[in-house]
Amino acid sequence: MNFISIFDVIGPEMIGPSSSHTAGAAEIARMARKLFSSQPVSVIFTLYGSFAKTYRGHGTDKALLGGIQGFAPDDVRIRQAFEIADKSGLKYEFKIDDEGDGGHPNTADILLTDKDGKTLFIRGWSIGGGKIKIVKINNIKVEFTGEYSTIIVKQDDKPGVIAHLSTCLANHNVNIAFMRLFREAKGLTAYTIIESDEQIPREILEEIKSHEYIKNTTLIQV
Amino acid sequence: MDFGNGIELLKICREQNLPISQVMLNREVELGQIDRDTIIKKLGHSLEIMKSGAKEPIKKPQKSLGGLIGGEAKRIMEFKDSLGGKALCGEVLTRAIAYSMAILEVNGTMGLIVAAPTAGSSGVVPGALISIGETLGFSDEKLIEGLLNASALGYIMMKNASVSGAEAGCQAEVGAASAMAASALVELLGGTPEMCLSAAAMAISNLLGMVCDPILGLVEAPCQSRNAIGVSNGFVTAQLALSGIKHIIPFDEMVEAMYRVGRALPCEFRETALGGNAATPTACSMCYGS
Repeated sequence: MNFISIFDVIGPEMIGPSSSHTAGAAEIARMARKLFSSQPVSVIFTLYGSFAKTYRGHGTDKALLGGIQGFAPDDVRIRQAFEIADKSGLKYEFKIDDEGDGGHPNTADILLTDKDGKTLFIRGWSIGGGKIKIVKINNIKVEFTGEYSTIIVKQDDKPGVIAHLSTCLANHNVNIAFMRLFREAKGLTAYTIIESDEQIPREILEEIKSHEYIKNTTLIQV
Repeated sequence: MDFGNGIELLKICREQNLPISQVMLNREVELGQIDRDTIIKKLGHSLEIMKSGAKEPIKKPQKSLGGLIGGEAKRIMEFKDSLGGKALCGEVLTRAIAYSMAILEVNGTMGLIVAAPTAGSSGVVPGALISIGETLGFSDEKLIEGLLNASALGYIMMKNASVSGAEAGCQAEVGAASAMAASALVELLGGTPEMCLSAAAMAISNLLGMVCDPILGLVEAPCQSRNAIGVSNGFVTAQLALSGIKHIIPFDEMVEAMYRVGRALPCEFRETALGGNAATPTACSMCYGS
């Protein structure tokens, strides 16, 4: 982000005590929840580095569990995240790995499971000031921040997919800020992450999905 | 029109005959894809959160998550009231100190705060503004101008240095907040943009080298009392600047000096909880598991 706004200085509005350990943690988990297309019944968090060492005193655990329930970093319900999860029957577990390296001092892994056993794995970094980066989806390394309107496309790594995506974006007049392809290996699953400064029309998802090699799409609006 | 440092900011203020707050507002409208009313409304919302944070712990104190703080702001106000107007720091500053510390209490209990510029320094700017609002009769509209002014200074420090304790120590968090508060106070009390920057330069200079050494790694102590010193330093340097005293070193050079000092600090003094207060025998005896 190049433009520093008034609200980057006087802000964010957030639940304390730490923009990196509380607000950023909530945001990583909220992003994971948005990326999971069904209702989670259980979640396992693994904390690394500084998250692993100081999570209790910073309420990182409450922030993560709150984020999974869709609470924004300024939502006061974060304080009661455990009670609210217990009430709704959401199962949760926290694993502490203070030996492992998540690639950043404030790293959280999140594993979501729905009632049919479908899972989603997300790794996120809290990079300061409440800002985050998602760096892994399942076993594929990715990189996006959620600061832009973002389309996440899960696809087979086959020729023609990117051309299809470009056509869809052009048809809906979406101005792309960034578009990147991440894949596990040639010919297997890949993700295309498309970021735009503007709102992205939801109708575009239907058109993207119409292609035989597209498995799944998610839209995150700013 | 954009500006990238203090000199450019002052140039625009002079050419357009505007205070810093209005130049910052115009910049946001021009570059931030947001209209004037929305900006004022959003800042008004932040001001309400700040006010509630400054007051709530005085009415109903709570122990922090880490258990290191809670109840300090209430004590300060009760002690002040018991002296019947003869508080050592006077009415304005005593309130400013209490409010700044109250907001850190809210922060420590997982309450709602506004980072300004960070959570660890979130008491300084509101402490200054809310206390003068009450004692000198400034309206919310004026206090929002104070936030605009403060955000201009904060923006320059974020752009050209850092406001992160992990990167440049407490001087970059509370030091930056103190400079922001000093500048906002000067504008509200009728000083010129040059005086604002001079106050901010002095504020940075006075806290230069201050280390970030949170006990148990938590944003509680010494952060809370550092917010009190940050707001006090803001009042002192604002008063010096309003009296016509100039800081010898210009603001932009002080920002760069602060950043260099910060980068030169050993990592023990940059939020790792391995130095300063955090490394004392008393702090270590409180560590989890020991």
